[in-house]
This record gives sequence, structure tokens and C-alpha cells, in this order.
Amino acid sequence: MTSAHDIAARVAAGSSATTEVETSLTAISQRNAELNVFLYVDEEGARAAAHQVDERIARGEKLPLAGVPVALKDNLCTEGIPTTCSSKILEGWRPPYTATVVERLLAAGAIPMGKTNLDEFAMGSSTENSAFGPTLNPLDPRRVPGGSSGGSAAAIAAGMTPISLGSDTGGSIRQPAALCGVVGIKPTYGLVSRYGVIAFASSLDQVGPFAANVADAALTLEVIAGHDRMDSTSLPETSPSLVAHLKDGVAGRRVGYVKELVDGSDPDVAAAVAAAVEVLRAQGATIVEMSIPELQLGLSAYYLIAPAEASSNLARYDGVRFGLRVDGDDVAGMNEATRTAGFGAEVKRRIMLGTYALSAGYFDAYYGQALKVRTLTINAFQKAYADVDFLIGATTPSVAFPFGSKTKDPMAMYLNDVFTIPSNLAGDPAVSVPFGRGEANLPIGVQLLGPGRSEAGLLAAAQVLEDAERAR
Amino acid sequence: MSSRLTREDVAKVAALARLRLSDEELDLFTEQLSKILGHADDMAALDLTGVAATAHPFGLINIVRPDVVTPSLNRDAFLSQAPDVQDFRFAVPRIVGEAP
Repeated sequence: MTSAHDIAARVAAGSSATTEVETSLTAISQRNAELNVFLYVDEEGARAAAHQVDERIARGEKLPLAGVPVALKDNLCTEGIPTTCSSKILEGWRPPYTATVVERLLAAGAIPMGKTNLDEFAMGSSTENSAFGPTLNPLDPRRVPGGSSGGSAAAIAAGMTPISLGSDTGGSIRQPAALCGVVGIKPTYGLVSRYGVIAFASSLDQVGPFAANVADAALTLEVIAGHDRMDSTSLPETSPSLVAHLKDGVAGRRVGYVKELVDGSDPDVAAAVAAAVEVLRAQGATIVEMSIPELQLGLSAYYLIAPAEASSNLARYDGVRFGLRVDGDDVAGMNEATRTAGFGAEVKRRIMLGTYALSAGYFDAYYGQALKVRTLTINAFQKAYADVDFLIGATTPSVAFPFGSKTKDPMAMYLNDVFTIPSNLAGDPAVSVPFGRGEANLPIGVQLLGPGRSEAGLLAAAQVLEDAERAR
Repeated sequence: MSSRLTREDVAKVAALARLRLSDEELDLFTEQLSKILGHADDMAALDLTGVAATAHPFGLINIVRPDVVTPSLNRDAFLSQAPDVQDFRFAVPRIVGEAP
């Protein structure tokens, strides 16, 4: 598929955005029935948006994403367009407003093609928790695309759209990016507005882009980032300059090669990270081998903090204001019947885990202790960043795994997030970039992590790895 | 601290969370939640006396704006998505029982 940069350039030069929309619709129609990437394709809306982009270009507007088709994870609110979070409890709901990130894409000339599949309420690492069936990995349909933003990663891998948006609470952008062989960015917490993003764990959730290359991901992040007065956790500054720094390279940078971000991964993954480290060294970076033991505690802390926040956030699905209602004898009975019918097993598991962790008698031992471990994680990262500019490790312990291989044991599925979770706990940015191939010739993701607001440097390093990968 | 959950613990938590579980689900969730909490034992064993808790990566502060009326979202648009509405209000089953 043509890059977002190339599409925007030719549409700006007078080529019709309608052509780009039809190309995307054709690609979607060819494989969506098989892969289940999109839950909803907005053909009519996309064609209308293309006309509007053509008119705006004719009026002389400068649009950074002119005519670029984009896929949206179905936890992003889109006015009048079904938004389900892949849950029966929101089936048929049409939001009365649009998420800020989607408004910004539209303002930049991008064309939303529809809503992509996810694990229900973004809880999962494979899309197997979707109430509407899993998404298949376009590179090997017997395997998962990762999750929770599996549909948005697969849309890129299948060539349906050049860019897409996902959300990352514990790795839900980076992990599917790695498993589908695409680029995924989890931005600094607060850099991208969460207004209109259906909440899972509010202190961890962050929206970010997927793309087939680093430059398109950087451009998309530039468009969606920046302060939003509708989100009280939004950072005060305007969007950072990222594309202009993509050729900055890594010469003179100090890179921490972190033992705990590789240990436990398969040999093919560890070898890919080692090869990436050598590329950075050859391009002038200084490699510092490091151990940050605190990162290993992240998984335990996350699987108490995220469910605790989720149990509170998901209390709003009570059959009163939106979505599903199942009748009961009284209000409490209606609430219970609605939630019992509307939520899937993983969502129930996490709501109960969070409710337990927050309950009297257990609060200090579980939730309170997890918040202290969060502090340890942040302190450990800060100590590391006093010595190095950024860190490198694996995104996931393995390449894409077969369907059903981790569904019986929730803990086995959770372990997939062990390398991605620490960045969410700290609120720091991280990028997954495809580098090398592993088992069954499947792609491997290398992860670059940095301190808050270090996206420009991380993406320059990711560009170095992408250039090396292309030259191989 | 024991990380083992009993069936009764899970039933209580489910009731708090407004979820109804079948007998089979109670068995399954008791086993699975115990295992997940067991994984947190490494963390629970740490002596973290004196370590501050972090609930939010950058700390939350109150955000204020001038007290001026601005347009808000459309009431009818919200009500149109509700399961049951009466007279511009969300309608729910009766809360208070019949008088004895």
C-alpha cells in the first residue's frame, strides 16, 4: 500500500481523495470477511469525506493527511457511528459526540474508513476476547494479531489502510504492532487527548498510531497530539515536531540494553534485539548493558492497578443511560441482569479482581502495595535515564502465537505484556518497530523506551532500525 | 496475607460488582483469580515502608476555567441512546417497593 506521506502529497497536488478511498474499500472487501479486521465499514461516510477533502484542497487548504484512509479502534467515539468496544453491552450504541483524536484526523484531511476489532474493553492480548469473534493475523491466519488493538494493527498488515489508531494501557498498541510486523507508538501519558476514548484504566490509557513505516506513524502522532481542554489530564504543550527529526540518527546517543526487557523471550526474539543493538552501535550510539530488576514487578502491579481502575470505570454500564438493558425486578436486579448478559468472561474477571483489590481489608495489601511498586518503577526508570538517553528491549516474548494457545490460562496471556507494561506505569513513551524475523518467518518487534516527551529521539532511533532492516 | 480466595469471597465480590455467576463460573473464577493474586505475592512480600504511592504518572491537579456559560452537548442526542426515557429523563424500574 502507498504510504500516508505519498497519498497526502498526491492528493495535495490535485489527485482525487476518492481514488484513495476506493482503493482502501477494495482492499477491505477482499479480506475483511476472512480476517474480521473491521467491525463496521463506513463506506458512505468515507466517500462523503473524500469529496470534502477534494473541495478543501481546491480551496487551497494545506492538509497534512489529505485523503489518507485511517482505521479507528472501536473504543474511540464517533458521532452517529456504532462504537462497541467489542462488547455486547454497547452493541448498537451510537455516540452523541466524537473523540478529539478523530476530530483532529478529520481536520488534517484523513478519512476514517470504519471501526476495528479489539479485545472487549481493550482487555486482552489477542482479540480472542472480542464479543464479535477474533481478528486473524493477516500474515498467518492461524495465529492471533495480538491485542487489544489487534484490528488496527491487522488493518495495516493487510494493506487496508496506511495508518490507524489504537490505545495502549499495558501494551495494546506495541504488542499487536510487533505481532503484525508494523510500527506502533505508545506516546507519553497526556500527550494525546483521551476525550471520547472509552475508559479502561484512566491513569494508564493512551491513544497512539500504527503505520507501515516510522515516518507515517510520526506524522499521524503529530496530527493527534497536543493539548485538549476537554481532557483534564492533557499536557499543556502543543504537538511536538517529530517528522522533522526522523533523520537525526543515534550518533552520540547512549542506549541502555536492558536485561529484564529481554530475559524470558524466545531465542529468535532475543537474537533480533541483539542485532538491533549492533545496528545502533554501528550508527554511533554507545551501548550500556543494564539491569533494572524493578521492571519485573511491573506485571504484578499492573494486574491490580488496571483492574482496580476498570472496576470503577465499568460501573457506568448499568443499563440506565446507554447500551444494553436486561430487565429485572428492581433497579439492582436490572443492573445485575444487564451486566451479567453484557460482559464477557475476561471483563468479568478483571472487574472482580479490581473490586477485590479495592475492598475493605485487602486495599492496603493489594492496591496500596501496587501503587508503591509503581513508584519503584518510576524511580528505576529515572535512575536509568540519568545515565542513558533511551532503552532497548523486546516488545513481546515471542512472535504471533496460535489461536487458543493461551486462552485457558489468564496468567499465560498476561505474561505477554511483561515488557510493555513498565512504560504505562511510568507514563513514558515507547515504540515498537519491526526488526528481523523469527519462527515461521514471522516478524519480531524491537521496543525503544524513553523518558516522558522523548518521542522525537525514539522515532529517530526507530528510523535507524527501519533503514537497516530495509537494507538487509 | 493469604492470596487464596474462597468461593464465598468470589460470590461476595461478584455481588458487589453486580454480576451473577453460575456454579461453574464460581469454580472457574475462584481458581483463576486465586492464581492471579498468587502472582502478586512477589510484590506483597516486599517491605515498602516509606515508599510513596503513585496513583497517577504526573500527579493530578485541579484544572479550572473562567466561570462562563459555554455550549454543552445536546440533551436529546444523549437521551436517544438510552434504553428507556420518560419526559426527558432516564427511566428505570421502580426503586421503592409498595407500601405495606
